[in-house]
Amino acid sequence: MLSLPLSTRCVRPWAAATQKLPKVTKSTTSHMSSAGSETTRAAAATRDAPAKVGVYAGGKEMPFTSILRIEDPDKLPVWPVFRVLDDDGSVRADAVEPKLGKETALKMYGNMVRLEAMDDIFYNAQRQGRISFYLQSAGEEALQMGGAAALDMNDMAFTQYREPGLLMWRDFGVQSFADQCLSNISDLGKGRQMPVHYGSKELHYQTVSSPLGTQIPQAVGAGYALKLSGKDNIAVCYFGDGAASEGDFHAALALAATRDVPVLFVCRNNGYAISTSVADQYRGDGIVSRAPGYGMHAVRVDGNDALAMFAATAEARRVCLSQKKPVLMEAMTYRLGHHSTSDDWSRYRSSNEVKQWKANHHPIRRFYSYLEGKGWWDSAKDRVLRDRERRSVLIALETAERKAKPSLGSMFEDVYEVVPPHLQEQKHQLYAHLERNAGRYDGAGG
Amino acid sequence: MSPSVARCPRSLAAGSAGLRNVVLSATSASSTGSRIRSASDSLLLRPPRSNREPRRQRWTAASKGGALARPRALHPPGFPNRRASSVVDNDIDEDDDSVAAGAHGTKGASAAAGPGSGCGTRYAEGPSTRMNLFTAVNAGLRTAMETDDTAIVFGEDVAFGGVFRCTGGLKEQFGPDRVFDSTLCEQGIAGFAIGYASMGKTAIAEIQFADYIFPAFDQIVNEAAKFRYRSGDQFNCGGLTIRAPCGAVGHGGHYHSQSPESYFAHTPGLKVVMPRNATEAKGLLLASVREPDPVIFFEPKILYRTSVEDVPDGDYEVPLGVADVMREGTDVTLVGWGAQLRVMSEACDDAEKEGISCELIDLRTILPWDFDTVSRSVKKTGRLVVSHEAPRTGGFAAEVAADMQERCFLHLEAPVQRVCGYDTPFPLVFEKFYVPGRFKVLDAVRDAVNY
Ligand SMILES: Cc1ncc(C[n+]2csc(CCOP(=O)(O)OP(=O)(O)O)c2C)c(N)n1
Repeated sequence: MLSLPLSTRCVRPWAAATQKLPKVTKSTTSHMSSAGSETTRAAAATRDAPAKVGVYAGGKEMPFTSILRIEDPDKLPVWPVFRVLDDDGSVRADAVEPKLGKETALKMYGNMVRLEAMDDIFYNAQRQGRISFYLQSAGEEALQMGGAAALDMNDMAFTQYREPGLLMWRDFGVQSFADQCLSNISDLGKGRQMPVHYGSKELHYQTVSSPLGTQIPQAVGAGYALKLSGKDNIAVCYFGDGAASEGDFHAALALAATRDVPVLFVCRNNGYAISTSVADQYRGDGIVSRAPGYGMHAVRVDGNDALAMFAATAEARRVCLSQKKPVLMEAMTYRLGHHSTSDDWSRYRSSNEVKQWKANHHPIRRFYSYLEGKGWWDSAKDRVLRDRERRSVLIALETAERKAKPSLGSMFEDVYEVVPPHLQEQKHQLYAHLERNAGRYDGAGG
Repeated sequence: MSPSVARCPRSLAAGSAGLRNVVLSATSASSTGSRIRSASDSLLLRPPRSNREPRRQRWTAASKGGALARPRALHPPGFPNRRASSVVDNDIDEDDDSVAAGAHGTKGASAAAGPGSGCGTRYAEGPSTRMNLFTAVNAGLRTAMETDDTAIVFGEDVAFGGVFRCTGGLKEQFGPDRVFDSTLCEQGIAGFAIGYASMGKTAIAEIQFADYIFPAFDQIVNEAAKFRYRSGDQFNCGGLTIRAPCGAVGHGGHYHSQSPESYFAHTPGLKVVMPRNATEAKGLLLASVREPDPVIFFEPKILYRTSVEDVPDGDYEVPLGVADVMREGTDVTLVGWGAQLRVMSEACDDAEKEGISCELIDLRTILPWDFDTVSRSVKKTGRLVVSHEAPRTGGFAAEVAADMQERCFLHLEAPVQRVCGYDTPFPLVFEKFYVPGRFKVLDAVRDAVNY
C-alpha cells in the first residue's frame, strides 16, 4: 500500500481533478507517451480533466495512465557493452582511445603476464600437494589490471577472492602472494586463512573473507567514512555474478544510493558461480540493469578489454568523487579455469564453450595485439618477460616453502586486541598438553 | 545370533504408505516390538496432516520406547569400533570423485549391521551396498524422494551433483522441478524452503557449507523454529530439512571448518542432528526428512569419503532424540557426536590399553538430546568427558556438563571434562593443535579417572 505523501504540494489522486496539476517531468512524459493520447480519449467519455500526475511516497511525481499494462522486461532494451578494443586488439573506429601512455600500458601488460604465470605455477603446486588450495584468475586478467590502473592507490579495495590483480598492481610482490599461500611466518594474515585470502593494510586492500557478499555493504560503510573525512578517495568493491544474489548485495546498493556514498561496485560477470550458470542465477538484463532500480549510476563494460576497463573505471571513479555517488559497473567476462582447485568444470560446461572463449576473446592476447600494433611490444620481448616472470614465481614459491611457520602461541592472538584470561588459560593448557604428549605432534607447526 | 527385525506401522492412518523399519537391538526384537506398539506410544503419534505421508513424532516415541527397548547388555564392550569405518582417503576436497567411484557398487550379500554403528544394531533387512557417507546421503535423498513425491532437493550447485557429490544423479532421476540450483542466497534458500514446507510439502535444502548458514540464521531461528508455536499450531514447516556439511577437514581454515551446532541447539523449535558414519547418515537423514519438525542436519564432511560401510539398500530410519551407546564401559562415560566420535573411539582404545574401561555414547541428535541414556551411563561410571570440535565457550558440551551435574551430582567422582576447540576462529595452519584430538581426549579421560 502506498503511504500518503506529506508534502503540501501533493496531489491526492482522488482530489486531482480539482487541483492545479504540477508539470509532468520530461522523463515521465516520454515514458508514458504512447499511453497519453489514449488516456485523453478515454477521459473524454467520462470527465473533462482527468488527473495527469500523482505525487506519492517521497514527494515523487508519477504520471497516471488508464492503460493497464504489465511491463515485460524482455521488451526493454539490452544494456550495451562498452568496448574500446575489438577482439583482434584494434581500436574500434568510433572509440576514444584512452591516453594510457606506454609506461602504464606496459605495466598493465606485465602485471597481466605475471598474474597468469603465478596462477599457472601455484595451480600446479596445489596439484603437487605443495599448496593446500588455489584459485585462478584465468580470463579475468584484463578486468583486474585495467581497473586497477585507473584507481588511486589509496582507494580502499574490498574484493571477493578472484581479484589478486589489483593487489599485484599495487606492488604486492609475488613473494608475498607465495607467503600467504604457504601460511608461513611472512604471511601478513599469520597463516590463519586458506590460500588466496590476501590482505594488505598498507596497500588499502582489505583482507579477503570467504563468505560471499559480505564485503559489499562493508565497502559502502568505508566509502561513507571516506566521504565524511573529506578524502578524495573512493571505496571500490568487487564481487561475482553469483555473489550479487546474496542479500548483502541488495542491502549495499540501497544503502549506498540513499547515503550518496562514493563507492564503485564492480561485478565480475564471468558466467558462472561454481557450476551454476547465470541462466539459473538471474532473469533480466544481468546485474547492471538493477542499478536504476536503486537510483544508481551504472555502466556495462567488456571485462576482457583492458582499455575499456581502464576508461570505464576512471570515468566511474570520477562520477563517484565529483557527485559523491555510487556507481555500479558490470564487467562481462568468462572464467576460463576451474572455480578453484576443488572444482572440475568439465562436469557442467562444454569444452567447446571454454575453447571458444580462449580462442576468440582471450584478454591478454587482445591487449598484446594492441601493444604490438602500437609498436610498443613484440614476441621477442614477450618471451623474455614470460621467462622472467615464471622464474621469479618459482623462486618465490621455493622461498616461501623454506620459511618457518608462525609461532604456535600466535593462534591465541588477535582474537581480541588483548588476549583475555580465558584464552591465556587455553594457551597454557595447550602447552601443558604438548609437554605431556611430547613427540606425538611431530612435524606440525612451529 | 540371528537378529530379527521388527517393524512398526508407518502411521496409524489406514492405507498409508506401508511399513517402515525401526532400529532395534539384535536380541530384544520381540519385546521391543510390543513396546513400540504400546498404548502410551500410540498416544505420541500424531494423526496425519494431509493425505500424503503422515509425520510421526518419532523422537518422542523412540526416546521412551526406543531407549527402553535397548538394554545395554546388548552392547558387548569394545565391539563396534574395531570394525569402524575404514579410512579410504583423507582428501575430502569438494568435487573430487576419485574415491567415490571405488566406493560404489560393492553389493553386500547379507543384511547390514553397520560396522561402527552401535553394537549389534540392525538397521534394515535385505541387501546392503558398500558405500561412503556422501553416497549414503545420496541414497537417503533418493529414498526420500521416491517415497514422497512432494519432496524437493535444492541449494547452490545441487543440480550437477553438489560440490560434495551428495546430490549426484537426482536431477536425472526426479527432474529439474524437484532437483534444482537455487540462486546464490542462503537466506533465500531457507525462506523458500520454509514456505514450501508450510504448504504441507517436503523441502530438503542444502547449504553448501555450514560456515555459510549464517545469512539464513534469521529465517531458521526466527522463522522456521517458531512457525508452529507462533501460529498456535495452525501452520508449521515440519517438512523442512536443511543439510549442511560441517567440521574440520585438515585445510579448511576459518570458513570451511566450523561446527555451528550449538547456535542452533540454542533455538527452541529446531531439531539438530549430526551422524557419525554412512549407515547412520542415511537412517538419520530419512528420519529427519520425515520428522514433523524442522531439522538442521549437519554432515561432517571429513566423513564424506572416509566413512565407508555396508549401508542397507532399504528404507530405514534411525530415530531422532535417541543416543547410541557405541561401546560399553564402567570407568568413564564419553559423549560426542559426528566425526568427533572417531577421535574419541581412538582415545577409548588407548585408554583401554591403560586399563580404563570407557563407555562411548553418540548423541546423534543434539537437540533435543537423550539425557536419559547419558545420565544412566554417568550414574554407572561416575565420570564424564564431553568433546566437540566447536569452541568450548557456549558449546553444547557445556549444556551436557551442566545437565549431568544436576542429574548425577551425587554419582560424580570427578568434575565433568570438556575437550573442545579453543575459543578462537578456526586457524588454518594450527588445525592439528586446535582440534580436540585423540591425545587431548585421552588426557581428559585419565584426568577424570585419576581425579
Ligand atoms: C555465503 C557463501 N555461500 C556460499 C559460498 C560457497 N561459494 C564459494 S565461491 C561460490 C561461487 C561464487 O560465484 P561468483 O560470485 O559468481 O564468483 P566467481 O567464483 O565466479 O568469481 C560459492 C557458491 C560462500 N563462499 N559463501
